[in-house]
Amino acid sequence: MYVDREAALRHPIAPMPFDIERGRLRFFAETVGITDPVYFDVDAARAAGHRDILVPPTFLSNSLELSLPNPFGWLAELGVDLTRSTHGSQGFTYHRPAYANDTVVFHRRIVDVYTRKGGALEFVVKQSDVMIGDTLLLESRFISAIRHPEALA
Amino acid sequence: MTLKTFSVGHELPALIPGKISRVLLALFAGASGDHQPTHLDVDAARAKGYDDVFAHGMLSMAYLGRLLTDWVPQERIRSFDCRFVARVPMHAEPVCTGRVVEISGGLARIEVVMSLDDGTVVVRGEASVDIGEGSGG
Repeated sequence: MYVDREAALRHPIAPMPFDIERGRLRFFAETVGITDPVYFDVDAARAAGHRDILVPPTFLSNSLELSLPNPFGWLAELGVDLTRSTHGSQGFTYHRPAYANDTVVFHRRIVDVYTRKGGALEFVVKQSDVMIGDTLLLESRFISAIRHPEALA
Repeated sequence: MTLKTFSVGHELPALIPGKISRVLLALFAGASGDHQPTHLDVDAARAKGYDDVFAHGMLSMAYLGRLLTDWVPQERIRSFDCRFVARVPMHAEPVCTGRVVEISGGLARIEVVMSLDDGTVVVRGEASVDIGEGSGG
């Protein structure tokens, strides 16, 4: 079964507020081996002209949304068999930097559904507009890839 | 940093982030927020038909993000997209590389790749980087 594109584009997904904590950014930087101190040291960040520790380019992703209860509920509600879905792609468009101590809100919606390879692969694109109030910091795109092996039969 | 070295074909300094371990995946689960058991618990991975746990796609993308921000100030990055084309297995030693493939309208298009030591490409990505004078950096 394929996702009904028109229904998906109208499908509401609850917004997710997120407090960006300094300690969490330090932990992230240490885990992925970031050596530039603007990503973990407040004084170094300020000396470089930032207002606080800089959020690295891939931190504000779908991964944070996975801490919510039933994190793929929005996908299951569209009729997707979650055992056939994987994280196919991730993308970001950047508008303004995010910093430690910012409280952001992920405004989430489905922006596209399409198939490839004669229907053997289906993609659902969820976009999160990460905002402080009315100010857009970045767009985060999560693309779920869903296998439909029956399409090849 | 100087941005005068931008030219099509220019290769970014490669990044070799180290071996994928179970401890690393546990730490990345906490740091990233992705606690899915297929990255943490071999029983859960086997129940889904995998031989073992495997690395988070976003760990690979974080490394490719490091490749970019080690090279240009982050505020110059306009967009960054990655496709996860194969799983990154336990004990893999990935290599991240990047290359300027196009320069147009003050933007450089950078192709990035993460591959395993046997040459398998696991992530393909692309970033758009502002190389205009006086903007950022």
